[in-house]
Amino acid sequence: MSSNTIVSLPDQSTARIPKDNFITRENGLMSWLLTGDHKRIAILYLISLSFFFFIGGALAGLIRLELLTPQSDLMATDTYNKVFTMHGVIMIFFFLVPSVPATLGNFLIPMMIGAKDLALPKINLLSWYLYMAGGILAIYTMATGGVDTGWTFTTPLSTHYVNTNVLTTGLAAFIAGFSSIFTGLNFIVTIHKMRAPGMTWFRLPLFVWAHYAASILMVLATPVVAIAIVLVALERTFGIGVFDPTKGGDPLLFQHLFWFYSHPAVYIMILPGMGVISEVISTFSRKRVFGYTAVAFSSVAIAVFGFFVWAHHMFIMGISNYAVLVFSLLTMLVAVPSAIKIFNWTFTLYKGSITFETPMLYAFGFLGLFTIGGMTGVFLGTSGTDIHLTETYFIVAHFHFVMVGGMLMAFLAGIHFWWPKMTGRMYPEKISQMAAVVTFIGFNLTFFPQFILGTLGMPRRYASYPPEFQILNVFSTAGATILGVGYLMPVLYLIWSLKYGAVAGNNPWQATGLEWQTQSPPLTENFTVMPVMDHEAYDYEWLEKQQQEEASKETEVTSAG
Amino acid sequence: MPDSPVMAHQTEETGHNADNHLDQHPSYLRHHFNSIEQQADASNFAMWLFLLTEVMFFGGLFAAYLIYRNWYYPAFVAGSHQLNVIWGTTNTFVLILSSFTMAMGVWCAETRRKSGLVLCLILTFILGLGFLGIKTIEYSEKIEKHHVPGTHFSLQSFVDPVSDPEIFKEYHDKPLALDMARHTELYFSLYFLMTGMHALHMIIGIGILGFMIVRARAGAYTSGHVTFVENFGLYWHFVDVVWIYLFALLYLISRHQ
Amino acid sequence: MSEPNEQTHNGEHHIVGPAVYVTILFALLIGTGLTVWASFLELGPWNPVIALAIATTKAMLVVLFFMHVKYSTKLTKLTVFSGIFMFLVLISMTLADYISRAWGSW
Repeated sequence: MSSNTIVSLPDQSTARIPKDNFITRENGLMSWLLTGDHKRIAILYLISLSFFFFIGGALAGLIRLELLTPQSDLMATDTYNKVFTMHGVIMIFFFLVPSVPATLGNFLIPMMIGAKDLALPKINLLSWYLYMAGGILAIYTMATGGVDTGWTFTTPLSTHYVNTNVLTTGLAAFIAGFSSIFTGLNFIVTIHKMRAPGMTWFRLPLFVWAHYAASILMVLATPVVAIAIVLVALERTFGIGVFDPTKGGDPLLFQHLFWFYSHPAVYIMILPGMGVISEVISTFSRKRVFGYTAVAFSSVAIAVFGFFVWAHHMFIMGISNYAVLVFSLLTMLVAVPSAIKIFNWTFTLYKGSITFETPMLYAFGFLGLFTIGGMTGVFLGTSGTDIHLTETYFIVAHFHFVMVGGMLMAFLAGIHFWWPKMTGRMYPEKISQMAAVVTFIGFNLTFFPQFILGTLGMPRRYASYPPEFQILNVFSTAGATILGVGYLMPVLYLIWSLKYGAVAGNNPWQATGLEWQTQSPPLTENFTVMPVMDHEAYDYEWLEKQQQEEASKETEVTSAG
Repeated sequence: MPDSPVMAHQTEETGHNADNHLDQHPSYLRHHFNSIEQQADASNFAMWLFLLTEVMFFGGLFAAYLIYRNWYYPAFVAGSHQLNVIWGTTNTFVLILSSFTMAMGVWCAETRRKSGLVLCLILTFILGLGFLGIKTIEYSEKIEKHHVPGTHFSLQSFVDPVSDPEIFKEYHDKPLALDMARHTELYFSLYFLMTGMHALHMIIGIGILGFMIVRARAGAYTSGHVTFVENFGLYWHFVDVVWIYLFALLYLISRHQ
Repeated sequence: MSEPNEQTHNGEHHIVGPAVYVTILFALLIGTGLTVWASFLELGPWNPVIALAIATTKAMLVVLFFMHVKYSTKLTKLTVFSGIFMFLVLISMTLADYISRAWGSW
């Protein structure tokens, strides 16, 4: 099984990276900082995202170090509050939300639909600058004392009871929000208006459908958190009273506005990852995605239903019992399209010709871990059990299973899968498979004990805890160390591969998308001739025919010469 | 490495490389688009999506307003009586008129009437300034009467309406209980927040109008490339729609008795 | 030819003329006068209903005619509709919580 691989590389003795590609087309720092090329912007995002991920990861390391012992002995409790707050803010706003869309989405969507670029290249560049501005502001916040309200900025704590950098953090999130809005806006316009001839909606790769659905959420939900942040800023500065009970305001209003965005935000985060998984599972099973239409529509369904469930984050906060009932019922509904996807991916695997290259390993990890995370979401959506489980480590485990076990694994799957296309070089397979396994083991050791801790009653966001919880916390911290190794390895070998990796050629995975039918790395304009889509998505028979035609053309040439 | 056969299909012109273009493409066609129509279509759609984000942004404020009006109706009535309905109505007329001049401007651009376009843009600009001028008058009245939320907020007009003769003459409000009177501060917070946010959008719009007047005089929008004017028109009309609702909700709560 | 990248045009080739705009202008001005007059009447719970109804009518006129939506593609109309829909979801579901709090505990 270990020698069973679908990788097909060109002859390494003669293969070269194409001289003219989007990286070599122009030189100099300004050609990158002022670029309109969606692929260069994607690379800019990839570098900056990795930077913020490791800052967020270092903060996570601090959290787990503190929680090795029951007492709050590594840092003051106030500092601990700041650490977990910034971990959340950075990981959510500056890593997870832009991760797949801004890197892989930016790079691939124009290529997948047969276009030369996104519809609005300057807006795309502006998105990156806004992201950087927000990110730098977030780091400045950390350097000047941090903020300790939790990433959820719950009122009236954030408006009336803390003296920390709520305003600057809010501003950082506000700016990053606009980065996200512009990315989503760009994707929607591009997907509607710039598809190549023959590229009908139902021939689009499911990666594109997933990003379309996520983009709808980005455009419609993000502005609401923007106004929520503005209101917090005004409440703090001028005491306008909208969240102040002494003036007749309701602190819960903030939570309604905040979670109106932040629930769809989790779908903004996961949908693009699900898009990656569709592509990876299909390629490494050599099979069309089972139930293409169902998977496409389920992406849109997740986006639409995702708007109707936000108050399930507020069950214990004081909303009416009737609201609890309605939102709990609606939450059951939103689980269905996600489950549909899991079933369809599983049926894609059935009778497929499966190989276990690194992207596929991450995809398998996703299938298992996202399912667990998703199912525990149903426990939390059930209002009766939520009363017991909310604000405990059960919640922390739940969202880390879906976001880290799910989304981050999908991001790594995607980075590995499209690395040869973006750089022209293959990553080293053996060590990357090892890193995937290390990550999987580390992840489970870190976060599974947290489900148990939560059910036993350990609250979240506390620096100290009862001593009987220590053993599980020690397991969790041990797992986090292993996980850190698993995440560090790709940084090292991917950078190594830029110089020493095998030349990948156009289509090392023998995949069916339009992006695989051009050179690696691609030309700045993506295609020399506008492609015409004359076959369905994931059409492996079509691919085989192409490969046969090319092979017979080459034998013609050699026999003629 | 040969291109995959799917690349070899030649279809229509892909921009200015093909020889069978009857006319050279205009200079304002960006190269990632295949045609002017596609470019104009895409940018129009993009503008609409941006307006959707604005709708949701204001949505949060409208939600807050409706909640607190529901909870503190008497305070909101008393608060709205402090707004001058003549200024408000005049401002509504001004803004609607400016929407008309803006729409006429778009028509002038589409029919290549340069001086008509410049005139319409200048009129829209002046009307926009007029709106802001009236808003300034209204705001300064509020400041004078200490109805700005914060440390100097005065409950005098609400616990003792007789002390405010010009309003009392119109509406003969009953005095509010102290706790309900305090909630008028919430009304004014929302008043300044919503009209202020609206005014900020007006200021941005007027700034862009200034830029457009200069460009229009140079003929930039009357030689076929009308997208900028059209898209700005959408923005301006959106700002008008927001005001239509603000006027109804803030000024017209209940002006009888 | 209905290829994906060739859409029908909106407002560009169908040029809305001054006659329409003048008509809408007068409709809007009359609507404004109407709503101000109605606010001085004692209509109990109908006051806000009428005010919002008139405001919505005025807004629709601006959207359909000044913003050319009446002459636009299905996509534009769908976009406008989805924006209004999402706005209403935000308002109504949030308000539903607030209103139902007064109903007590079942």
